[in-house]
Amino acid sequence: MNFTFDLNTIWFLLVGVLLTGYAILDGFDLGVGALHLFAKKDLDRRTMINTIGPVWDGNEVWLVTGGGALFAAFPEVYATAFSGFYLALMLLLLGLIFRAVAIEFRSKRESRRWRQSWDVSFSVSSILSSLLIGVALGNIVWGMELGADFEYAGSFLALLKPYPLLVGLTTVALFTMHGAIYVLLKTEGELQAQVRGWVNRTIVVFVVCYTLTTIATLIFVPHMLDLFHVYPVLLILPLLNVLAVANIPREIHHRRDFRAFLSSSASVAALLALFGVGMYPDLIYSNPIVANSLTIYNAASSPKTLTIMLIIAGIGMPLVLGYTSLIYWIFRGKVKIDSNSY
Amino acid sequence: MDALMLARAQFALTIAFHYIFPPLSIGLGVILVIMEGRYLQTKNELYHRMTRFWVKVFGLIFALGVATGIVMEFQFGTNWSTYSRYVGDVFGSALAAEGVFAFFLESCFLALLLFGWNKVGPKMHFFSTIMVAFGAHFSAVWIIVANSWQQTPVGHHIVAEGGRVRAEVVDFWQVVFNPSTLDRLSHALMGAWQAGAFLVISVSAFYLLRKKHQEFAKASMKIALVVAAFASIMQLWTGHSSAATVAETQPAKLAAFEAHFENDEPAALWLFGWVNEAEQEVNFGIAIPGLTSLLTHGDSKAPLTGLNAFPEDERPPVNIVFQAYHLMVAVGFGLILLAFGGLVLCWRGILFQARWLLWVLVFSVVGPQIANQFGWLAAEVGRQPWIVYGLLKTSEAYSPTVTSGEIMASLAMFTVIYLLLFALFIYLLNEKIQHGPVDEAIIDKGVRP
Repeated sequence: MNFTFDLNTIWFLLVGVLLTGYAILDGFDLGVGALHLFAKKDLDRRTMINTIGPVWDGNEVWLVTGGGALFAAFPEVYATAFSGFYLALMLLLLGLIFRAVAIEFRSKRESRRWRQSWDVSFSVSSILSSLLIGVALGNIVWGMELGADFEYAGSFLALLKPYPLLVGLTTVALFTMHGAIYVLLKTEGELQAQVRGWVNRTIVVFVVCYTLTTIATLIFVPHMLDLFHVYPVLLILPLLNVLAVANIPREIHHRRDFRAFLSSSASVAALLALFGVGMYPDLIYSNPIVANSLTIYNAASSPKTLTIMLIIAGIGMPLVLGYTSLIYWIFRGKVKIDSNSY
Repeated sequence: MDALMLARAQFALTIAFHYIFPPLSIGLGVILVIMEGRYLQTKNELYHRMTRFWVKVFGLIFALGVATGIVMEFQFGTNWSTYSRYVGDVFGSALAAEGVFAFFLESCFLALLLFGWNKVGPKMHFFSTIMVAFGAHFSAVWIIVANSWQQTPVGHHIVAEGGRVRAEVVDFWQVVFNPSTLDRLSHALMGAWQAGAFLVISVSAFYLLRKKHQEFAKASMKIALVVAAFASIMQLWTGHSSAATVAETQPAKLAAFEAHFENDEPAALWLFGWVNEAEQEVNFGIAIPGLTSLLTHGDSKAPLTGLNAFPEDERPPVNIVFQAYHLMVAVGFGLILLAFGGLVLCWRGILFQARWLLWVLVFSVVGPQIANQFGWLAAEVGRQPWIVYGLLKTSEAYSPTVTSGEIMASLAMFTVIYLLLFALFIYLLNEKIQHGPVDEAIIDKGVRP
């Protein structure tokens, strides 16, 4: 399959941009959740939550908008994936609900049991959400059993194959590392020193998962390589990906935390770019009957709608980037707990 | 129950629970803009304290709105995949626009509203409050555009290709400004203003009865009463206009509102009653002959389309729609009475001593909630058996691959979580109210109350 720069491809890219924005931004706050219980002191836990306090909600909007964009641009994919992953998505919703309310409720009362319960919900739901997002991506890559009507014909258990589970674990590891580096930026003193110890371990775990996933993809999912055969120049992407990942421990070693964070953000972006290049022009790969795959052509809305949506995105996204940057700028620097904090 | 009924039950439960929160944020958003605006204008610390307190309440409500809202966006795909394939080309754009234009705006400026007190100046903070309120309204615009298109679909054509049929956009602006958008938007927004205003009224009345934070409560009450009175009286107009549009565009729904069975006869207006659908009559009721005809067509003799004009399988369930509609209207009139009663007594300077009325006002907070919930129930059940009016039936729109066992599991999950969340919401709201507004001295020291 060749690459054609048409409206459908633009929307493929735009949905990719939204998912990448989500993974970079909500990725770190899911990672903060995964690490939460490792902090033992109440004040440290409160600080951890408040590192993402002003931004987590906006970060999650990337997922909501990504879902909306998928619905509008590729309704067949939205319908197939969301109904096909039914139970998994219900668990994801459970995770996202508990995460949201845990952040809001946790510090509202002094009681230790109250706080401990919400700490556990915050952490478990963050890990669960990351895992499920990864497993879903893994299934899209591996292939789902689609019928000629594009409906998912498999079962829930069929979604829990080793490859998707490995992608799920890799996602948890990636977000945890990304989150740990983010906490370095936002904390100081004892807590920061403690987190610095975690960062190196999260990097090791991620690199192991990353290597395994790469090997598994090369061996078991060869269709992900199709476009690289046609356009060898794309091989620069995996190279950049490796460089970005390798740069993280280097920056951490030199205590250049912000540059480490940029590096881990670049790693997330490069991984999603690889995912996109591997999938193109498929959106959901059908396995075993490849002909039933949902592509950016047979799953798309009309050219009219894609054009309207492009105008909406053209007006909206610069504004979104504008005020998102504004918020990150205003809340830059180390977290201080005050009367407004969570 | 079969998969269809379970999917409908789950949608009903999750949307009804979600819909407790967005109207409160929309209404409270407006009140926050007024309070903080007054603070900037007068520099009176009282308004600052009011804004601070209600922002905290706003934060709690907003969090629950976000947590329950994401369920709604997922559910079109998870439980209504056939619907999603059919309408995605039209309906999806509105949802995506809601995300791009409204949710980002709301969530970014919410950060400043909640946490930005010491990070930005008062004017920038006020600007954030306005943006959050604006975002909440703008999100209502897009979701009501999407919903209204389901009620009165225009601006599309039906395309059949390779055995698949779907609606595609022909004219985007026609979709956005479909015949019912403006009526339903204004009606829902005023309902939201009522929800926010009566929450503030209720809490203020409670403080006055307990003789706590009296200055705070009086000032909050005055602002909220004005908003409540304005929104409540506007409902007469937006409600009337909505009904007239329903009469024109969805005659089966209007006929169900008033249990009007006989076709081409003038329609009465029932004050109350119980519909016997088998016998096609209303029992235990009082009706004003010709009034529905008069209200919708300006002529009490005007013949209206009756339910009998529709084949039996294209009529909505009548009694549920009738009861929900009449309950909404009755509560709506009650709220007008309360808001204006309160306002008049306040103006004459005797409201704050009228304990009986204050007690009524404490409980008035549930009024808009009932009206909002039952209004939507009448609108959505009145649309049945259609999911997109005249185009696609609800019974054909659900996800064929999702089993009833799976929906049963998710429905049980949502029931348990939502009961828990509701209990926690009430508990924490009560804690906040009992705790009351905080003194400036404490705020300034930066100590957590």
